[in-house]
Amino acid sequence: MIDTILEITPAHYTILSAALFSIGVVGVLVRRNIIIIFMAIELMLNAVNINLVAHARQLENMVGQVFVVFIIAVAAAEAAVGLGIILAFFRNKETVNIDEMNVMRW
Amino acid sequence: MGETIAFYVLSFLILSLAIMVVTARNTVHSVIFLVMSFLCVAVLYVVLRAEFLAVIQVLVYAGGIVVLYLFVVMLVNLSGEPEAHEDPRRLGLTGLALAGAVLLELAGIVVYSYSREPSAPVAGAAASPVQGNVEQIGWLLYTDYLIPFEVASVLLLVAMVGAIVLARREL
Repeated sequence: MIDTILEITPAHYTILSAALFSIGVVGVLVRRNIIIIFMAIELMLNAVNINLVAHARQLENMVGQVFVVFIIAVAAAEAAVGLGIILAFFRNKETVNIDEMNVMRW
Repeated sequence: MGETIAFYVLSFLILSLAIMVVTARNTVHSVIFLVMSFLCVAVLYVVLRAEFLAVIQVLVYAGGIVVLYLFVVMLVNLSGEPEAHEDPRRLGLTGLALAGAVLLELAGIVVYSYSREPSAPVAGAAASPVQGNVEQIGWLLYTDYLIPFEVASVLLLVAMVGAIVLARREL
Protein backbone atom coordinates (compact mmCIF):
# COMPACT_ATOMS: atom_id res chain seq x y z
CA MET A 1 0.00 0.00 0.00
CA ILE A 2 2.74 2.42 0.98
CA ASP A 3 4.59 1.14 -2.03
CA THR A 4 1.75 2.21 -4.30
CA ILE A 5 1.76 5.67 -2.77
CA LEU A 6 5.51 6.20 -2.85
CA GLU A 7 6.36 4.76 -6.24
CA ILE A 8 5.03 7.00 -9.00
CA THR A 9 3.90 4.93 -11.98
CA PRO A 10 2.12 6.11 -15.13
CA ALA A 11 -1.09 4.95 -13.43
CA HIS A 12 -0.72 7.87 -11.02
CA TYR A 13 -0.49 10.28 -13.91
CA THR A 14 -3.50 8.65 -15.53
CA ILE A 15 -5.53 9.13 -12.37
CA LEU A 16 -4.46 12.76 -12.21
CA SER A 17 -5.44 13.12 -15.87
CA ALA A 18 -8.84 11.53 -15.23
CA ALA A 19 -9.51 13.82 -12.27
CA LEU A 20 -8.52 16.91 -14.24
CA PHE A 21 -10.66 15.77 -17.15
CA SER A 22 -13.72 15.32 -14.97
CA ILE A 23 -13.19 18.77 -13.43
CA GLY A 24 -13.24 20.09 -16.99
CA VAL A 25 -16.45 18.15 -17.63
CA VAL A 26 -18.02 19.74 -14.55
CA GLY A 27 -17.04 23.15 -15.88
CA VAL A 28 -18.57 22.50 -19.28
CA LEU A 29 -21.82 21.10 -17.89
CA VAL A 30 -22.51 23.43 -14.98
CA ARG A 31 -21.32 26.89 -15.94
CA ARG A 32 -23.42 29.22 -18.08
CA ASN A 33 -20.71 31.63 -19.10
CA ILE A 34 -19.40 30.63 -22.53
CA ILE A 35 -15.85 31.80 -21.76
CA ILE A 36 -15.65 29.62 -18.65
CA ILE A 37 -16.87 26.71 -20.77
CA PHE A 38 -14.06 27.28 -23.25
CA MET A 39 -11.56 27.37 -20.40
CA ALA A 40 -12.90 24.09 -19.07
CA ILE A 41 -12.36 22.59 -22.53
CA GLU A 42 -8.73 23.72 -22.31
CA LEU A 43 -8.49 21.93 -18.95
CA MET A 44 -9.70 18.74 -20.60
CA LEU A 45 -7.09 19.05 -23.34
CA ASN A 46 -4.41 19.53 -20.71
CA ALA A 47 -5.56 16.39 -18.94
CA VAL A 48 -5.12 14.40 -22.14
CA ASN A 49 -1.68 15.93 -22.64
CA ILE A 50 -0.54 14.87 -19.16
CA ASN A 51 -1.65 11.32 -19.86
CA LEU A 52 0.16 11.19 -23.20
CA VAL A 53 3.41 12.59 -21.82
CA ALA A 54 3.43 10.19 -18.88
CA HIS A 55 3.01 7.15 -21.09
CA ALA A 56 5.51 8.47 -23.62
CA ARG A 57 8.03 8.72 -20.82
CA GLN A 58 7.30 5.21 -19.61
CA LEU A 59 7.54 3.59 -23.04
CA GLU A 60 10.53 5.76 -24.02
CA ASN A 61 8.73 6.62 -27.24
CA MET A 62 8.80 10.22 -28.35
CA VAL A 63 5.71 9.86 -30.53
CA GLY A 64 3.54 10.66 -27.51
CA GLN A 65 5.25 13.99 -27.12
CA VAL A 66 4.92 14.72 -30.84
CA PHE A 67 1.19 14.08 -30.49
CA VAL A 68 1.07 16.55 -27.60
CA VAL A 69 2.71 19.19 -29.81
CA PHE A 70 -0.07 18.68 -32.33
CA ILE A 71 -2.74 18.82 -29.64
CA ILE A 72 -1.34 22.13 -28.38
CA ALA A 73 -1.32 23.54 -31.91
CA VAL A 74 -4.93 22.47 -32.51
CA ALA A 75 -5.99 23.86 -29.12
CA ALA A 76 -4.46 27.21 -30.00
CA ALA A 77 -6.28 27.29 -33.33
CA GLU A 78 -9.56 26.28 -31.70
CA ALA A 79 -9.21 28.92 -28.98
CA ALA A 80 -8.59 31.65 -31.54
CA VAL A 81 -11.55 30.76 -33.75
CA GLY A 82 -13.86 30.05 -30.80
CA LEU A 83 -13.12 33.38 -29.17
CA GLY A 84 -13.65 35.10 -32.52
CA ILE A 85 -17.07 33.49 -32.70
CA ILE A 86 -17.85 34.64 -29.15
CA LEU A 87 -16.87 38.19 -30.03
CA ALA A 88 -18.95 38.19 -33.19
CA PHE A 89 -21.94 36.87 -31.28
CA PHE A 90 -21.46 39.33 -28.45
CA ARG A 91 -21.46 42.18 -30.91
CA ASN A 92 -24.94 41.24 -32.05
CA LYS A 93 -26.53 40.13 -28.79
CA GLU A 94 -24.98 41.54 -25.64
CA THR A 95 -24.71 38.32 -23.69
CA VAL A 96 -22.25 35.57 -22.83
CA ASN A 97 -24.84 33.36 -21.20
CA ILE A 98 -25.27 30.24 -23.28
CA ASP A 99 -28.90 29.89 -22.24
CA GLU A 100 -29.57 33.06 -24.19
CA MET A 101 -27.56 31.96 -27.23
CA ASN A 102 -30.43 29.98 -28.60
CA VAL A 103 -31.26 31.63 -31.91
CA MET A 104 -29.44 31.39 -35.17
CA ARG A 105 -30.30 34.89 -36.31
CA TRP A 106 -30.60 37.87 -34.13
CA MET B 1 11.72 10.46 -3.73
CA GLY B 2 11.95 13.84 -5.34
CA GLU B 3 9.64 12.80 -8.09
CA THR B 4 7.11 11.54 -5.55
CA ILE B 5 7.00 14.79 -3.63
CA ALA B 6 6.93 16.81 -6.84
CA PHE B 7 4.14 14.73 -8.28
CA TYR B 8 1.90 14.97 -5.23
CA VAL B 9 2.46 18.68 -4.68
CA LEU B 10 1.93 19.46 -8.36
CA SER B 11 -1.14 17.28 -8.71
CA PHE B 12 -2.70 18.90 -5.65
CA LEU B 13 -1.96 22.32 -7.10
CA ILE B 14 -3.25 21.43 -10.55
CA LEU B 15 -6.50 19.94 -9.30
CA SER B 16 -7.24 22.68 -6.79
CA LEU B 17 -6.51 25.40 -9.34
CA ALA B 18 -8.72 23.62 -11.86
CA ILE B 19 -11.56 23.48 -9.34
CA MET B 20 -11.11 27.19 -8.73
CA VAL B 21 -11.20 27.83 -12.47
CA VAL B 22 -14.62 26.26 -12.82
CA THR B 23 -16.08 27.68 -9.63
CA ALA B 24 -14.84 31.27 -9.55
CA ARG B 25 -17.57 33.91 -9.77
CA ASN B 26 -15.42 36.50 -11.46
CA THR B 27 -14.31 35.54 -14.97
CA VAL B 28 -10.96 37.31 -14.62
CA HIS B 29 -10.22 35.23 -11.54
CA SER B 30 -10.95 32.12 -13.56
CA VAL B 31 -8.43 33.19 -16.21
CA ILE B 32 -5.78 33.83 -13.58
CA PHE B 33 -6.32 30.42 -12.01
CA LEU B 34 -6.19 28.89 -15.47
CA VAL B 35 -2.79 30.36 -16.22
CA MET B 36 -1.46 29.24 -12.84
CA SER B 37 -2.76 25.74 -13.56
CA PHE B 38 -1.03 25.74 -16.95
CA LEU B 39 2.25 26.73 -15.31
CA CYS B 40 1.91 23.87 -12.82
CA VAL B 41 1.31 21.48 -15.71
CA ALA B 42 4.48 22.82 -17.34
CA VAL B 43 6.43 22.03 -14.16
CA LEU B 44 4.90 18.55 -14.26
CA TYR B 45 6.27 18.15 -17.78
CA VAL B 46 9.72 19.03 -16.46
CA VAL B 47 9.32 16.35 -13.77
CA LEU B 48 8.44 13.93 -16.59
CA ARG B 49 11.62 15.00 -18.39
CA ALA B 50 9.73 16.47 -21.35
CA GLU B 51 11.46 19.82 -21.29
CA PHE B 52 10.51 20.87 -24.81
CA LEU B 53 6.85 20.38 -24.02
CA ALA B 54 7.21 22.35 -20.80
CA VAL B 55 8.56 25.33 -22.70
CA ILE B 56 5.91 24.97 -25.41
CA GLN B 57 3.22 24.82 -22.72
CA VAL B 58 4.44 28.05 -21.17
CA LEU B 59 4.87 29.85 -24.47
CA VAL B 60 1.73 28.74 -26.30
CA TYR B 61 -0.79 27.95 -23.57
CA ALA B 62 0.13 30.30 -20.77
CA GLY B 63 1.58 32.98 -22.99
CA GLY B 64 -0.74 32.91 -25.98
CA ILE B 65 -4.06 31.26 -25.35
CA VAL B 66 -4.60 32.70 -21.89
CA VAL B 67 -3.74 36.19 -23.12
CA LEU B 68 -6.35 35.69 -25.84
CA TYR B 69 -8.92 34.70 -23.23
CA LEU B 70 -8.04 37.74 -21.15
CA PHE B 71 -8.53 40.03 -24.13
CA VAL B 72 -11.95 38.57 -24.82
CA VAL B 73 -12.95 38.72 -21.14
CA MET B 74 -12.05 42.38 -21.06
CA LEU B 75 -13.87 43.07 -24.31
CA VAL B 76 -17.10 41.46 -23.15
CA ASN B 77 -16.84 42.93 -19.69
CA LEU B 78 -20.43 43.06 -18.50
CA SER B 79 -21.37 45.16 -15.54
CA GLY B 80 -23.90 42.68 -14.29
CA GLU B 81 -23.10 39.13 -13.25
CA PRO B 82 -23.97 36.73 -16.07
CA GLU B 83 -24.28 33.94 -13.50
CA ALA B 84 -27.38 34.16 -11.41
CA HIS B 85 -26.99 31.50 -8.79
CA GLU B 86 -30.74 31.42 -8.45
CA ASP B 87 -31.09 30.90 -12.17
CA PRO B 88 -33.65 28.13 -12.59
CA ARG B 89 -32.11 27.08 -15.89
CA ARG B 90 -28.86 26.17 -14.14
CA LEU B 91 -28.64 22.44 -13.59
CA GLY B 92 -25.83 22.34 -11.08
CA LEU B 93 -26.52 19.01 -9.44
CA THR B 94 -27.22 17.29 -12.74
CA GLY B 95 -23.92 18.54 -14.11
CA LEU B 96 -22.05 17.34 -11.03
CA ALA B 97 -23.72 13.95 -11.23
CA LEU B 98 -22.85 13.55 -14.90
CA ALA B 99 -19.26 14.57 -14.26
CA GLY B 100 -19.15 12.05 -11.44
CA ALA B 101 -20.33 9.42 -13.91
CA VAL B 102 -17.51 10.40 -16.30
CA LEU B 103 -15.00 10.10 -13.47
CA LEU B 104 -16.33 6.67 -12.54
CA GLU B 105 -16.05 5.51 -16.14
CA LEU B 106 -12.48 6.76 -16.38
CA ALA B 107 -11.60 5.12 -13.07
CA GLY B 108 -13.10 1.89 -14.33
CA ILE B 109 -11.02 2.07 -17.48
CA VAL B 110 -7.85 2.72 -15.47
CA VAL B 111 -8.51 -0.13 -13.04
CA TYR B 112 -9.41 -2.54 -15.84
CA SER B 113 -6.37 -1.75 -17.94
CA TYR B 114 -3.97 -2.07 -15.03
CA SER B 115 -5.48 -5.27 -13.66
CA ARG B 116 -5.13 -7.27 -16.81
CA GLU B 117 -2.04 -9.25 -17.60
CA PRO B 118 0.31 -7.02 -19.55
CA SER B 119 0.11 -7.82 -23.21
CA ALA B 120 3.14 -8.33 -25.38
CA PRO B 121 5.46 -5.45 -24.63
CA VAL B 122 5.20 -2.66 -27.10
CA ALA B 123 8.23 -2.69 -29.35
CA GLY B 124 10.28 0.23 -28.16
CA ALA B 125 11.00 2.89 -30.68
CA ALA B 126 14.07 2.30 -32.75
CA ALA B 127 17.06 4.08 -31.33
CA SER B 128 16.77 7.63 -32.48
CA PRO B 129 19.76 8.97 -34.38
CA VAL B 130 19.89 12.02 -32.15
CA GLN B 131 20.10 12.52 -28.41
CA GLY B 132 18.21 14.99 -26.36
CA ASN B 133 14.52 15.76 -25.96
CA VAL B 134 14.22 18.60 -28.47
CA GLU B 135 16.34 16.83 -31.05
CA GLN B 136 14.30 13.63 -30.86
CA ILE B 137 10.99 15.46 -31.22
CA GLY B 138 12.40 17.47 -34.09
CA TRP B 139 13.67 14.34 -35.78
CA LEU B 140 10.24 12.70 -35.58
CA LEU B 141 8.45 15.83 -36.73
CA TYR B 142 10.58 16.15 -39.83
CA THR B 143 10.82 12.50 -40.88
CA ASP B 144 7.91 10.32 -39.77
CA TYR B 145 5.36 13.04 -39.10
CA LEU B 146 6.20 15.57 -41.76
CA ILE B 147 2.76 15.56 -43.36
CA PRO B 148 0.85 16.16 -40.09
CA PHE B 149 3.35 18.90 -39.34
CA GLU B 150 2.62 20.67 -42.61
CA VAL B 151 -1.10 20.13 -42.22
CA ALA B 152 -0.90 21.64 -38.74
CA SER B 153 0.75 24.74 -40.14
CA VAL B 154 -2.03 25.06 -42.74
CA LEU B 155 -4.55 24.62 -39.93
CA LEU B 156 -2.95 27.46 -37.99
CA LEU B 157 -3.05 29.66 -41.07
CA VAL B 158 -6.73 28.90 -41.58
CA ALA B 159 -7.45 29.59 -37.91
CA MET B 160 -5.61 32.89 -38.09
CA VAL B 161 -7.53 34.03 -41.16
CA GLY B 162 -10.79 32.85 -39.61
CA ALA B 163 -10.19 34.67 -36.34
CA ILE B 164 -9.36 37.90 -38.17
CA VAL B 165 -12.46 37.65 -40.37
CA LEU B 166 -14.72 36.87 -37.41
CA ALA B 167 -13.46 39.71 -35.29
CA ARG B 168 -13.73 42.46 -37.86
CA ARG B 169 -16.26 45.24 -37.41
CA GLU B 170 -18.03 44.63 -40.68
CA LEU B 171 -18.09 41.27 -42.35
